[in-house]
Amino acid sequence: MSLDRETAPRQPVIKCSSVYKIFGDNANRMLREANGNVDAKAFQDAGCVVGVNNASFEVHKGEMLVVMGLSGSGKSTLLRCISRLTETTSGDIHIDGEDLLAMSNRQLIELRRNKMGMVFQSFALLPHKTVLENIAFPLQVKGMSTKDSMTRAMEMVELVSLDGRQNYFPRQLSGGQQQRVGIARSLAVEPDIWFLDEPFSALDPLIRKEMQDEFLRLQGVLHKTILFVTHDFSEALRLADRIAIMKDGIIEQLDTPANIVLKPATEYVRKFTEEVPREKVLKIKSVMDPLDNTEEFSDLKVSQNAIIETVAESVLSEKKAVAVVDDNGNVVGSIHASNMLYILFGKDDTTKVGG
Amino acid sequence: MGYLKKHPRLAQFTLLLIAFFLLVAVVTPSETNVLWRLPSLLAPLPGEINAFAEHLMFDWFPVQVYDSELKEYEQSALLREVTRGFSRSVLFLIEFIREILVGGVKTIVAFTGWQFIRENPWAMWPALPWTVVISGAMILGYTLSGRGLALLAGLALAYISIFGQWHPAMETLSFVLVAAPISIFLGLILGVSAYKSRVVAATLKPLLNIAQTMPHFSYLVPVTVFFGVGDHAGAIATIIFATPPMIRLTLLGLQNVPVEVVEAGMMCGSSDRQILLKVLVPTARRDILIGVNQVIMQCLAMAVIASFIGAKGLGFNLLLALNQLRIGQALELGICIVLIAVVLDKLSLAWANKQTDYFADLSFVERNKHSLLFLAVFAICVVLAFLGSVIFKGGINYLYLIPHNKGITTEWFWQAGVDWMIDSWYSSLQGFNRGLIVNVLQPMKNAYLGMPVSATFLLVMGVGYIVGGIRSALIVGGFLLFIALTEWWDRALITMYMASFAVIVSVTIGLIVGSVAAQNSLASKVALLVCDTLQTFPSFIYLIPVIMLFGVTDTSVLIAVIIYATIPATRYTIEGIRSVPPSLREAGMMSGATGLQRWISIDLPLAFPHIMLGVNQTVIFALFMVIIGAMIGTDDLGQYILKALSDKQGIGNGLMLGLCVAFIGLAVDHLIHTWAAERKALLGLT
Repeated sequence: MSLDRETAPRQPVIKCSSVYKIFGDNANRMLREANGNVDAKAFQDAGCVVGVNNASFEVHKGEMLVVMGLSGSGKSTLLRCISRLTETTSGDIHIDGEDLLAMSNRQLIELRRNKMGMVFQSFALLPHKTVLENIAFPLQVKGMSTKDSMTRAMEMVELVSLDGRQNYFPRQLSGGQQQRVGIARSLAVEPDIWFLDEPFSALDPLIRKEMQDEFLRLQGVLHKTILFVTHDFSEALRLADRIAIMKDGIIEQLDTPANIVLKPATEYVRKFTEEVPREKVLKIKSVMDPLDNTEEFSDLKVSQNAIIETVAESVLSEKKAVAVVDDNGNVVGSIHASNMLYILFGKDDTTKVGG
Repeated sequence: MGYLKKHPRLAQFTLLLIAFFLLVAVVTPSETNVLWRLPSLLAPLPGEINAFAEHLMFDWFPVQVYDSELKEYEQSALLREVTRGFSRSVLFLIEFIREILVGGVKTIVAFTGWQFIRENPWAMWPALPWTVVISGAMILGYTLSGRGLALLAGLALAYISIFGQWHPAMETLSFVLVAAPISIFLGLILGVSAYKSRVVAATLKPLLNIAQTMPHFSYLVPVTVFFGVGDHAGAIATIIFATPPMIRLTLLGLQNVPVEVVEAGMMCGSSDRQILLKVLVPTARRDILIGVNQVIMQCLAMAVIASFIGAKGLGFNLLLALNQLRIGQALELGICIVLIAVVLDKLSLAWANKQTDYFADLSFVERNKHSLLFLAVFAICVVLAFLGSVIFKGGINYLYLIPHNKGITTEWFWQAGVDWMIDSWYSSLQGFNRGLIVNVLQPMKNAYLGMPVSATFLLVMGVGYIVGGIRSALIVGGFLLFIALTEWWDRALITMYMASFAVIVSVTIGLIVGSVAAQNSLASKVALLVCDTLQTFPSFIYLIPVIMLFGVTDTSVLIAVIIYATIPATRYTIEGIRSVPPSLREAGMMSGATGLQRWISIDLPLAFPHIMLGVNQTVIFALFMVIIGAMIGTDDLGQYILKALSDKQGIGNGLMLGLCVAFIGLAVDHLIHTWAAERKALLGLT
């Protein structure tokens, strides 16, 4: 999380610099000639498709970066470049300081066996294996004994609350249950980095909400470094520490959910944010003022993780500033009724934003 | 005129027909007229092929081989030694399994020599008592699936034993147990390599297409030349015939594995080998299992045909029974073949679907209870068999092996039935037979034979052009040209006449029966089950009843062909109509369409592409059966293939004739596939 970064500047877990992915026969030559200025139109005329266009960013330990974009925006391609399911055309990707693109097949397999886990949109479960066997699969691939892998898989079954269904086949499960298996499988080897490619897009809205809660609960326990791809803006707002919004292969804006909603960098991003009821998606944390010890607080205290809407009424009825506390009850900031009015009704971007 | 403008294809087709009949009217039949018949420029080709094969077998790449009996080195051709070595290993395997089942001395001979056997009369491998084999099969069925399969396996084998077909059935089984695994293994390997490499796939594709349309018989001649005659030759012919569908289905299955599943495997850190063995192949299991099932079916279908080149077993006996017109016996043998097919099929399916319980904490006895049970049963049955030798002193030991044709038989019943039918229906059957031949078949045959070659080309290439443009016209024209340049054009015309007559009748029946059955889900299920069952019968079976009723005429062959070829027509019609989205049918009903209107304007057009694939299958099935019909005397290509079988120099003729049949099939296949694909694209089905 951003706080971690401020206190302890460490090596990023994922570091991308100028990553390009161009599909097409003469992609390499085209890219060399373009000299860094890739124009999607010109490439398309030459029979190439630009998947990812000059992506540079870092993801830090325990952080959840959500990549948001509509279909064809290159979000899944970006994820596939970082998991090296697709070969990157140009650029550098480092995982824990190691050059991913220079790795041999053997090294890559080792990396995936120990550090990476991935969840797929279509679940991608092995149809011939039971729930238990599916979850144990990455462990057995590593060479773990049947007995140990099954014991570990059973723990994972319990973690995703599928006990009692461990001997079912994927076809006998509902979509939500199948994705629980997918999640359990991706976590079985205790990876550091967790890739999720539109994991909840194939699910019904109600199940999706339930799975998002489940996901947040898991992340609250596990603190993985996460790269999460979605086309659902509200999902991105709900889950993300930071959001990268992509269009035509370009990252339009990469920022905290609050900043994206409150200060959209481009017209494209603004279109997404327009319809978003800020008070329903933003947390107090993202709009509070920094702690100022001279200030006098009212008796009311609100949690920094509370969604604005849920506390707005009580904050507005207070005359003095309201203290914002973290999970342990420490005061970490404050919020004024006047500020709250801006958030609820203000249209300009002058609102002070913390974060 | 306006109507023709709106339907340009109809206009083209009308023009084509006019031109066709003009040519038919104008061209005069004469040996020297190229428009009437093309000169057989390819006539020397079979001779060349023979010479080439002979060169390969006897002169090419000579090597020195040590002959252990003559104790000296001999000059021999490399290929001959290779095929000999292969033949010997296959034969050894077949005999090894056969002797486990029914006993014998050949395995011991293989390790020692005939001398050893003569000196040691005790050196003989005893047969397993049939009770052991049955209990073994039942325990296996129970372990793999449960009570149902155990019962099925037990009853099927008991039937075979009690009806006195144990020995030939075990011979057939040993032959299948060697040929099927080799075919499956080869098919898997080639299918996987085709999946991995585009070059392999592109090379295999035309070979597979030809292999699938070559009649069974035409494989036999080359096999006898290269591998000789006997059980091993039968097994090798079977392998050659059964492997292509396995390759095709393996490739199909692998290509249908979702990309994400493979990616999931990669993200779990699987190596390439793990991806292949633990992700790709198991995920493609459904199609691969259909392939396995096809291999088993082909093996048993070939069991009969392979008996032409010396394979022993049920097929050989069936052939004998057919030749002697012993219909009851032929029927019982046919049932035995079908039973073996069904049991093997179900066992292999159950084996692939088997589940393991990882958390059961079992003792040694519990874990191995099935093996232990088998050992116990084995001991009991052996003791019983020994007791049997005391009880049935000197007679037949029914607890050991029931000898061939010493079991129960219902032959007299069937024979009486057939006699009764002939007695009571003879005149009407003969009347029907004669009427059909005189009024329909003869005129149709004459019309086909009276077609100038130029007119045939015009018609076929024209249809090709209308369906798929200039490319299709050239492709079908090429296939036709090959046939026209051989000396068997007239024979090919007769084959075409028989096949097209059968196809027209089969498709009509199939469409009607299929459409009626598809109206109701229970009826569809029953009809599909019937189709499944009929399809497991080796094609020969269909000849049994018709010969009895109609004697040795074109009518018999055609009726057998029609019965056989109606199966795919019906099946695909049902599948096609059942897969029409229910919402569309409901939309039709809510628009007030009557059942017939709905059938014509919704069911048929939407099911059309799938039905066309059924028609394609019908054509292939019909061609195969027409060729097999040569057995009971026709004068088409099949008859010549059969002749090539008994000809020492038959390899060239056999291959060329096989190709002629294959090319007829491939031309039709090309036209139908192109058309169906276009309709599919138009309907937005993918």
